[in-house]
Amino acid sequence: MFNKWRAQASIVLLLLLSVFSLPAFTEESITDLGLPLSSLEISKHAITIFPDGSNLPEGQGSVLEGKALYQSKCMMCHGEKGIEGPAARLAGSDGWFSFSDPLRILRIDKNPVLLISVGGLWPHATTIFDYTRRAMPHFAPKSLADNEVYALTAYILYLNGLVHKDLILNKQNLVKVSMPGKERSVVAWPE
Amino acid sequence: MLKTKTIKPAASGGLLDRRSFLLSGIALSSAYSLKALSASKAGEGRIDTDMPVWAKTPGHNDVEYGLPSEHEKHIKRIQAKNTPETSTFSMWHTPIENQRGIITPNGLHFSVNHNGIPEIDPQQHTLRIHGLVGRPLKFDMESLLRYPMVSAIHFLECAGNTAPNAVSLTALDQDCQELYGQISGAEWSGIPLKYLLKEAGIKPEAKWVIVEGADGGSHARSIPLEKLMDDAIVALYQNGERLRPSQGYPMRLLLPGWEGNTNVKWLTRLEVTDTPAYTKDESGLYSDILDSGEIQRFSFTMDVKSVITHPSGKQTLPDKKGFYEISGLAWSGHGKIKHVEVSADEGKTWAKAHLEGLVLSKSLTRFTIPWRWDGSATTLLSRATDEHGRVQPTRDQWRKKYASYSFNHYNGIQAWHINSDGRVENRYV
Ligand code: HEC
Repeated sequence: MFNKWRAQASIVLLLLLSVFSLPAFTEESITDLGLPLSSLEISKHAITIFPDGSNLPEGQGSVLEGKALYQSKCMMCHGEKGIEGPAARLAGSDGWFSFSDPLRILRIDKNPVLLISVGGLWPHATTIFDYTRRAMPHFAPKSLADNEVYALTAYILYLNGLVHKDLILNKQNLVKVSMPGKERSVVAWPE
Repeated sequence: MLKTKTIKPAASGGLLDRRSFLLSGIALSSAYSLKALSASKAGEGRIDTDMPVWAKTPGHNDVEYGLPSEHEKHIKRIQAKNTPETSTFSMWHTPIENQRGIITPNGLHFSVNHNGIPEIDPQQHTLRIHGLVGRPLKFDMESLLRYPMVSAIHFLECAGNTAPNAVSLTALDQDCQELYGQISGAEWSGIPLKYLLKEAGIKPEAKWVIVEGADGGSHARSIPLEKLMDDAIVALYQNGERLRPSQGYPMRLLLPGWEGNTNVKWLTRLEVTDTPAYTKDESGLYSDILDSGEIQRFSFTMDVKSVITHPSGKQTLPDKKGFYEISGLAWSGHGKIKHVEVSADEGKTWAKAHLEGLVLSKSLTRFTIPWRWDGSATTLLSRATDEHGRVQPTRDQWRKKYASYSFNHYNGIQAWHINSDGRVENRYV
C-alpha cells in the first residue's frame, strides 16, 4: 500500500519535473491561479519595439508618404516643422535657445514641454516607431497601419536632418539610424 | 494663561522648544471660562436660548457614498495649465496645504494622465506576464482578488513636482498646491508583484520588465527586475477602497519611493526582458539634463525633500504677531525621515521639528514646531534628512548639478518669505 503510493508519487514528480525542467526557477511559487498565455495572444499584445529592432513588423514607408500623413494627422498639434507646438517638439535641439527656432522662448512660456525634443534627447529611432504606433495621433491612438508608422517615423527623422529625403524606411534601416541623444546618455541605474 | 517666560526658544526667529511649550500650559485651552447661566424663574428655563439652529433641529439622513461638508467644497484639486489644450494630457494638483496627517483623501490625490483616464471594465481586464519566463501567464480580476495581499503607506510624487522652482529664474508667486501639488500619500493594498512573477518563473537572464498600462497611450516603462522583486505591489485598493479610475482602476503598479511615472496605472502587461526598451518617457520627458549636457536616464528614486505647508505660499497669517504652529511634510524615496530642521530666520539658526504621528519608510512624514511670530518680515525654511544621511540640498546646490532647463527631481530647500503684513511668498534664498 505504502509502496504503491510512493510509486504513484514518484510518477507525478517525474511528470512535474519533465513539464517544468526547462526554466530555472529562482524560487518556488505558492500561488497558482494564473492561466496559460498562448503565443498567439502574446503576439497580439506585445507591442514594444526594442532598440535592437526586435519586434519591428514587416512593412515600409517613405519620407514623402510621411510628409503627407504628418500634414493631415500630426501638424495641428506638433507644428509644421515639428518645433512649433503646442505639443512636444519632434525636431531640433532641446533647451531654451535654438538658432533654428528664434521664437522658442515665447513658445516655451506657453508650453513648457517644448524644452525637450525628440531630435535632441531620444537615443533610439525605434522609440519613435514604438510610440507613434501605440499613442499617436493623440485623439486616435493605434489607428495607424504599420506602413504609415514607418512613413511618419521616416518623416520625423527627416525633419531632424538625420535621413535623406528619398529614404524608404523599413525594419532593416530603422535600427541603423543613429540619434544625437545616444552619445549624451548616462544611466543612473543601478544607483 | 500665557506663561511665556517658561517657554524656551528652540532657535531664533521665534521658534519655540516644544517640550517646554507643552509644559507651559499654552497648549491647553487658555480661555477656560464658564458662561453665566441666564437668570430665569425656577422651572421655566429652556436650554435652547443660546444654541445654534443645528442643535435645535433634527439633522438629515446619511447618503450611500459620503461627501465632504458643503463648507469644505473649496478644497479641491486644480488642473495645471502647462499641457497643450489640444490634448488629453492633464495634470491635477493636490491642495497639500489643506491636508493634515500623512494620508491624502482619494478624491484629492494628484494625478497626471498622459492620454486621458480610461474607463476599464474589470470583467474584461487582463494582466499578462510573458517574455523571459518559464510559463507565460494571464490573470483575471476574480483570481487576483484571491491572492495574498499586503498594505503599505507610501507617498507618490511626480518627477516634475516643484518644477517651477527648478527652472524659473525668479521665484514665482505660487502656492503650495501649484508648486508641490504633485505629491500625495495613501495606504495602498494589493498583491506583492513577486508572487505573480515567481508563479510565471523568472529566467536567470532576466533583468528588466517592460510594464504597460491599458490606457489610450499604452503607457510603458522599463523597470529593473530587482525593484519588482523587492517591494513592488500590484495595488488594487487605495485608502481602503478600490482604486479610483484616475489612479489606475482596476489595478496599478506601486513602486514605493520611485517617480510617479513608473507607477504604471491601468496595469495590463509585464514583458520580462534582459534590456530596457527606452520607451517614450525614458527617452525624453522623464530624463534629467545634467549641467554637463549629458542626459541622465533611469533616475528612479525620489530624493529626500520637505515643505512647510502651514503656513505656505499666498496665504496671509491672520494675526500680525503671536502664536502659530508651523507644520509640514517631509519624505524620502530612499527610506525613513530621520529629522527635519526648521529655520525662522532665513537659515541663520535651525531647530529640530517634532515628527508627528507615523514615521514610515517612503512615506509622507508630518513635522511640526511651535512658533511665536514677532510680526517682522522673516523667512521660513525646512530641511529634511533621511535615515541614510541624505540631506536636502539648497536650491543653488541642486541647480549646479543640472542644466538650466532640467525640471525633474527637484528637491531644493523651500523658502517661504513672511512679509510684515503676514502675506507668505515663494522665495529663493
Ligand atoms: C491632438 C494633438 C496631437 C496630435 C494630433 C498628435 N500628437 Fe503627438 N503628441 C501630443 C501630445 C500632447 C504629446 C505629449 C504626450 C505625453 O507627453 O504624454 C505628443 C507626443 C508625441 C511624441 C513624443 C514626444 C516627446 O518628446 O515625448 C511623438 C513622437 C509624437 N507625438 C508623434 C506624433 C505623430 C507622428 C502624430 C501624427 C500621427 C502626432 N504625434 C499627432 C499631441 C498630439
